[in-house]
Amino acid sequence: MPNKIKVTIKLFAQYREGKFKIDKRSYENNSTIKDVLDDIGLDLGKYPIGVLMVNGRHVKEDFALEDGQILAIFPKVGGG
Amino acid sequence: MADKVYRVNMSNLSYKIEEVPAHWMGLGGRGLTSTVIAEEVDPECHPLGPNNKMVFAPGLLSGTTAANSGRNSLGTKSPLTGGIKESNVGGTMAGIMAKLGVKALIIEGIPEDDSTFYHIHITKDNVMIEAVPELVGKDNFFVLDAMEEKYNKKVAVMTIGRPGEMKMLISNISVRDPKGKLRSHGRGGVGAVMGSKKIKCITVDAENYKEVTYAAPEKFKEASKIFTKALQENPISGEGLPAFGTNVLVNIINEAGGLPSHNFRSGSSENAEAICGETMAENIKERHGSTTHGCHAGCVIQCSQTYNDKDGNYLTSGFEYEMIWAFGANFGISDLDQIAKIDALMYDLGVDAIETGVTFGVAVDAGLIEFGDGLRAFEILEKEVANGTPLGRIIGGAAGNLGKLYGLVRVPVVKNQSIPAYEPRAIKGQGITYVTTPMGADHTAGYAVATNILNSGGHIDPLQKEGQVELSRNLQIASAAVDSTGMCIFVAFPALDDPKCLPALIDMINARFGINLTADDVTNLGANILKTEHEFNIKAGLTSATDRVPEFMKYETLPPTNAIWDFTNEEIDEFWNF
Ligand code: SF4
Repeated sequence: MPNKIKVTIKLFAQYREGKFKIDKRSYENNSTIKDVLDDIGLDLGKYPIGVLMVNGRHVKEDFALEDGQILAIFPKVGGG
Repeated sequence: MADKVYRVNMSNLSYKIEEVPAHWMGLGGRGLTSTVIAEEVDPECHPLGPNNKMVFAPGLLSGTTAANSGRNSLGTKSPLTGGIKESNVGGTMAGIMAKLGVKALIIEGIPEDDSTFYHIHITKDNVMIEAVPELVGKDNFFVLDAMEEKYNKKVAVMTIGRPGEMKMLISNISVRDPKGKLRSHGRGGVGAVMGSKKIKCITVDAENYKEVTYAAPEKFKEASKIFTKALQENPISGEGLPAFGTNVLVNIINEAGGLPSHNFRSGSSENAEAICGETMAENIKERHGSTTHGCHAGCVIQCSQTYNDKDGNYLTSGFEYEMIWAFGANFGISDLDQIAKIDALMYDLGVDAIETGVTFGVAVDAGLIEFGDGLRAFEILEKEVANGTPLGRIIGGAAGNLGKLYGLVRVPVVKNQSIPAYEPRAIKGQGITYVTTPMGADHTAGYAVATNILNSGGHIDPLQKEGQVELSRNLQIASAAVDSTGMCIFVAFPALDDPKCLPALIDMINARFGINLTADDVTNLGANILKTEHEFNIKAGLTSATDRVPEFMKYETLPPTNAIWDFTNEEIDEFWNF
């Protein structure tokens, strides 16, 4: 079993400023979303996490990622 | 001076200024409009006949200094759904009516001589009703200019364009905003009701009003400060909406598989990135527009914007998620500027973004237009709809009727009203709102997207049935109450997550009127409004058999989640057990 996983990361709204829209990154096996957040270095003080989705389903920060998954990270957003 | 009820009878072009009946006293906005319609309108009447009425009522806090309190409610029997309708809107009308002491404006009857249209002008002691043949066949911005010239730049204006004159079911009533742009009393074909009464425009005097008074001014100020702070400190109302507008939703709804696309064939769109709020905000910045604009004076959220074309020339404002979804994802236009041009045209004509957009989606299946052909959509609106040609009438008759005419099965309507920008199969709480609200498919009636998708007010899995009926019920009760205060729907976000917000709102109502409402009273108010509306609908023939999604959603799965609508009738009908 390879000891790295590849995850597609999508950022939205204010998180895109100075970062990226979409990126593919490698992480150690059993990495959680928390590890990804630490790696990207978003300004969570200013824009707290609103919604995390993996493959379109809502998850929490301690979710353990698997190879090939798509992680979407949103600050608090709303409308109507 | 106490507030008054202004009653206009179009049958003989007369008016009365009446005392407010005691049992209407504590009501405003939707609470008042739905009460009047239930009391005075025969549920079986033809919506475009002489026995339907229109009731305009500012919210309880409209005209005060409370932030975001400038929404005006319109109540009527809808020619689209055949049921009761409440539609509220920003603009300057609510504040000016409230300051003039107009508790409600009730319009009844239909003129015998239907050869022309009329203008109604309301001042403190007088109502003028005058034929305006020079405005017949003109659209909204022409009327706005004419009224500004006749009175002044501040006058409050409501108007219909040609589609409203022709009583089309996609028509809105448009309302002037502080910058001379327009907002809409949308949904339900309410413009057609105004057209049936031969009213081209309504203006309210903005020169001789008095500021509203407060029973407890200091207490009001204090509560108002807390309330404003709650709006400003909430990350959604304080940051997200001003920066990206409501269109910030495209990506998150798309990501969750709940963005109806290709006439509700899929829950995600290939156009999402091209039309999303982030792209829109970039365009606005590059082209020196503005991401913030308030639809009324006291708005501290400012979700509206000024959107320019590539050369920096003004294209539109009030460029909303619903519009961009309907024409971008559902009808397939990938060019945001082209959607903006259609948006501007639709504001001028006064046609509903959701109803018209969904109708174009169905028109693709009918073979009337190619998917994503924005140029042709513009042309159909400008030439056919505006002139009432047979094709224009077919589009103007809205999605439900178009589907029937062409023998289509995939027609996304509930109670004949088009389903908005959230797929009921993939966002089930929102689906429950669509089927149960007395308004027909309406997203604002109980915005379960907040808790299903946006993690506001907690989280309930959008793909599971559990908890959705209760969620939708609680939200619908709260929304009915909030719609009575004159507050904009976006106070819901701080209200869901900030415990200081709702008490401050109630404190303001109490300080304004010198009363002692509790949170329970407000919940009861909301519940009573819903029940009143539901009863009207049942008498109008909209029984529980109409509290259903279109059948194709029960047997067609929705990619990418492969969700299906799986509520039983009993589970849905449980909604009304309160
Ligand atoms: S937040 Fe938007 S809809 Fe609400 S009052 Fe302000 S501009 Fe109008």
